[in-house]
Amino acid sequence: MTDMQTALRGAAGTLPGPPPELERRLARRATEEGLVDVAYAAVDSPVGRLTVAGTKRGLVLVGYGPHEPLVERLAERLSPRVLEAPARLDDARRELDEYFEGRRRDFELPLDWSLARGFSQRVLRATAAIPFGEVSTYAGVAARAGSPRAVRAAGNALGSNPLPVVVPCHRVLRTGGGLGGYTGGLDKKEYLLRLEGVLL
Amino acid sequence: MTPPPFQALLDAHSVDVYRFLVASVGPVDADDCFQDTWIAALRAYPRLKSADNLRAWLLRIAQRKAIDSQRARARRAVPSDSLPEAAAAPAADGEPELWAALRRLPHKQRAAVFCRLVIGMPYAELAELLDCSQAAARRSAHEGLKKLREEWT
Repeated sequence: MTDMQTALRGAAGTLPGPPPELERRLARRATEEGLVDVAYAAVDSPVGRLTVAGTKRGLVLVGYGPHEPLVERLAERLSPRVLEAPARLDDARRELDEYFEGRRRDFELPLDWSLARGFSQRVLRATAAIPFGEVSTYAGVAARAGSPRAVRAAGNALGSNPLPVVVPCHRVLRTGGGLGGYTGGLDKKEYLLRLEGVLL
Repeated sequence: MTPPPFQALLDAHSVDVYRFLVASVGPVDADDCFQDTWIAALRAYPRLKSADNLRAWLLRIAQRKAIDSQRARARRAVPSDSLPEAAAAPAADGEPELWAALRRLPHKQRAAVFCRLVIGMPYAELAELLDCSQAAARRSAHEGLKKLREEWT
């Protein structure tokens, strides 16, 4: 039988893989049929490659670093029907590009807050209200979230911000002016504050 | 256990699924079958009981789509001397005669031969795909291969 096996294996080597266009069409059709619960795409930016993801409700994640763990987190927390579908994220990609080019001060994207709950979400919503080019403090956002003494919890909420850049946790500094921390790395926080004219 | 992100399935198995379909229905119908397979999988994914044997699960869906597609083509068919896919896409599948011979096997044997001999699938996984015992899966692969050999040589 080995002659036949060899023939089959050899012939299989000449079989094409799926053309890239076919997978793009698949993503489009899946989206149209409402089967993609979470769509994601990569965005290149001056602070590195970002993974952006959206649900039917809005932008749900902006992530630094390798995309696999982020995509796995989306599958665990939201739905396993996660698909790379860049067309679904055109608006988010455009607004981020404009922001990094200095042509946009506010994001107008609808947001899906599913990845932040309770106090964390209140802290992040308070953070989202800090205007471009201005800063607040961990104590300040804790107070605006309704718990002035929960400064450490506010710090934790900002540290696990699922929507960095768009929900501007980089605008939250330590009381007294220290930069505090940043999930993506402090160099990124400095870059964003410089972009907004807060740091020189 | 949480099922993996659907995109991970697509990344891991789209080549096997596509090749299986090209071998099963030819390069012309493979594109539509490929779309239909993944759409059906995506539709069923949230209800999937176990995240084991996902490749076998996907290829089982692909096999059903291949059967549907062949039935539809048979209903539409008009008598002709040449195979339409041979005319439409010359050499798109490398060894058209070998695949044409494979396509003439019964569905079960065809899937068994392809999965076992082309992608090296273990018998346990093949049994899952064919929804039969491992012994029966082994028999399907052997009988299919025997028949293919008689047809092709």
